[in-house]
Amino acid sequence: MKADPKGVLTGSHYIDGDFACCEGALAAGCRFAAGYPITPSTEVVERFARRAPLIEGALFIQMEDELAASIALQGAVWAGKKAMTVTSGPGFSLMMEHIGLAAMTETPCVFVNVQRGGPSTGLPTLPGQADMMQARWGSHGDYEIIALCPNSPQESFDMTIDAFNLSEQYRVPVMFMMDESVGHMMERVVIPPADRIEITPRRFTKLPPGEYLPFKPGADMVPDMFKAGDGHRLHVTGLTHDFRGYPNMSPETQEQLVHRLVNKIRLNAPKIWRYEEIDVEDADVVVLAYGITSRLAIDAVALARKEGIKVGMLRLIVVWPFPERRIEELAAQGKALVMAELNYGQVFFEVDRCARGKAPVLLAGHGGGAVHRVEDIAEKIVEAYRCRS
Amino acid sequence: MPVRQREKPFGLPRPETPHGEIVVNEERCKGCGFCVEYCPHQVLIVAARYNAKGYHPPEVAKAALCVNCGFCRMICPEFAIYTFEPKTGEKP
Amino acid sequence: MSVLNELEKASLSPSAGETSPESHPMDNFMRMDRMPHIWCPTCGIGVSVNCFAKALEKCQVPLDELAVVSGIGCTGRVAGYVKVDSFHTTHGRAIPFATGLKLGNPKLKVVVFSGDGDLVAIGGNHFLNAARRNIDLTVICINNFNYAMTGGQLAPTTPEGSILTTSPFGSYEEPFNLPFLAESAGAVYVARWTSLHIYNQTNAMVEAIKKPGFTFIEILAPCPTIYERQQKFGDGLDRLRWYCDNSDIRNGASTKDVDIRLNEKIVVGKFVDIERPTYLQSMNAHYTEKLGDRYKPYEG
Repeated sequence: MKADPKGVLTGSHYIDGDFACCEGALAAGCRFAAGYPITPSTEVVERFARRAPLIEGALFIQMEDELAASIALQGAVWAGKKAMTVTSGPGFSLMMEHIGLAAMTETPCVFVNVQRGGPSTGLPTLPGQADMMQARWGSHGDYEIIALCPNSPQESFDMTIDAFNLSEQYRVPVMFMMDESVGHMMERVVIPPADRIEITPRRFTKLPPGEYLPFKPGADMVPDMFKAGDGHRLHVTGLTHDFRGYPNMSPETQEQLVHRLVNKIRLNAPKIWRYEEIDVEDADVVVLAYGITSRLAIDAVALARKEGIKVGMLRLIVVWPFPERRIEELAAQGKALVMAELNYGQVFFEVDRCARGKAPVLLAGHGGGAVHRVEDIAEKIVEAYRCRS
Repeated sequence: MPVRQREKPFGLPRPETPHGEIVVNEERCKGCGFCVEYCPHQVLIVAARYNAKGYHPPEVAKAALCVNCGFCRMICPEFAIYTFEPKTGEKP
Repeated sequence: MSVLNELEKASLSPSAGETSPESHPMDNFMRMDRMPHIWCPTCGIGVSVNCFAKALEKCQVPLDELAVVSGIGCTGRVAGYVKVDSFHTTHGRAIPFATGLKLGNPKLKVVVFSGDGDLVAIGGNHFLNAARRNIDLTVICINNFNYAMTGGQLAPTTPEGSILTTSPFGSYEEPFNLPFLAESAGAVYVARWTSLHIYNQTNAMVEAIKKPGFTFIEILAPCPTIYERQQKFGDGLDRLRWYCDNSDIRNGASTKDVDIRLNEKIVVGKFVDIERPTYLQSMNAHYTEKLGDRYKPYEG
């Protein structure tokens, strides 16, 4: 269905990634945001606080901590709204328990993490990309999430809408992994008219109370949803539960529920994967990057091409579920892989795993605090090329 | 002996003392003794027999004294006992 | 006298189990297919659930518009047993979830049913802030003075001197005085009753549910398997008898004076009943003043 024009700020704007993310959320139909101030994500909710009173049905509340924010948004989702929260590294760590709750109760929602230098308080005002593994594995137990990485304010707008759509489609919490550079850079963002924005509405059940089983999956492994106040009178719990939502502590129920939560994403992964390839066909070396690093990597690729090395770039847009098949293919073709990321090795390990030993995989890492130098990535490309031969 | 109400003067109708029938779901009972202890007319006693879980459920000893106050129903943590007015079906 | 030997199982449909002479008045309100519940014999939680059901009946809250949110713990299991839209959330975070639920759909009546450790230990921050903001929630705290579900650890409400698994030589910590805490944080209705005071409890719940704003009821309940046993006190019935002899009803008492000490008389009653605009009322009034016609009052 088309976006609600009330939330769409159609036009050409010069805004930063954080603001664009907020506008994307409003365009996607998000009408509830709970936040807690943390650099560099604060601007997202500051924008929401300014916009919400003038959009009917939208509400922003600054909660007392990230734990409260990450669960208040889930309350709003169960009341029927689309909801999100924003945070950065330290807050993301606090939200882990509730990301697990959202995954377990299949609550569609969006968690925006504008990554900064870590660990701990780290570098609040400087970029990093070191929360990527945490986005996937941060909470305890077996679960799967979807994570997207924009590399510009325009993408921050467009992909926030995608994030909401994916969360509704798969009833899963989606991690929107920006970084401080993308969040705070100002660029032109073009917001189209509402009737050109596709949004996925929440799939509410059409069954009457008494017949509807809240956790019985449909053909796509995703159950239809309900909201409080509709007369269904159902129970939602973080304990392992059966189709009715009743806690049922047995290995069989665990298998039935948790295996489905995991398969919901794993088996649908080919439909969720998204990446952009530039000059990969004839390349001997492929640079993988996401977020702000991809903008440096593309320059490094150009530099290396000038040196005569056939290099291409694969920009990860959806990082989780990880595009294993494509990496396997590239490695099988004998292409050397260089993972450029603003950390000391996170998505690198996934690339290495998926290469299955068929190709050299190198890390062009950087602790964060600043973006890569193009020369450093280029050096790694040269090294990878040499490894290959 | 039925509970007596003071007769009102000038021939006004004597207020009718409510009466309740007690229903005990023995299998739900966990023998806490709240209903026996706090019935205002000591209608219930602890039975000598056991239920399937090994608890002693309550037993009605003085059925005629039950006034359908509903205290036993409210104070039972197991939802195992209730009363109802036999003519109107009212359950307090 | 008639005795029922079979449990009449209600199906999932809200309309099943309509009251008839054969059915318990709670059969329509509880998920009877999940009975028997997990609470111990002589535990006070079931009593409060009865009072809650009665209070809802008296307030005539349509059960389709009610949502019950609880945290983790023995009292946290209440959400799983009541046949309304109920949410069993994470430890200590029932109140922020309920905040999101209420703000997401202000037409819902949201009641938080949780335990003392859940609400004021791990959930303390949320308790204080929701009271401060006067979010329209009714919070029913069943205080059994320990973390019962995990085996009986010390809680911030444990009276000094109590023996529990993490205070095996007796606790030396000063506990919270919950009515005082709630009042200082800004709750508009604060009452404390015990499991024995069922009619007072019910009426308090009626008043709290009807009153807009953050209303708080503390219910002192016996915990026979843990608290009473560790203090070598007896079982729940012994504790109820103790409440009968040792509770002082002082409506309107100053909350500063109602702290609980081991083996001393306790004060119960309705302590606070004030008026304050709720969060949404304040928000709507403020934005209407600042933004005039551009603002449409938030209704959900």
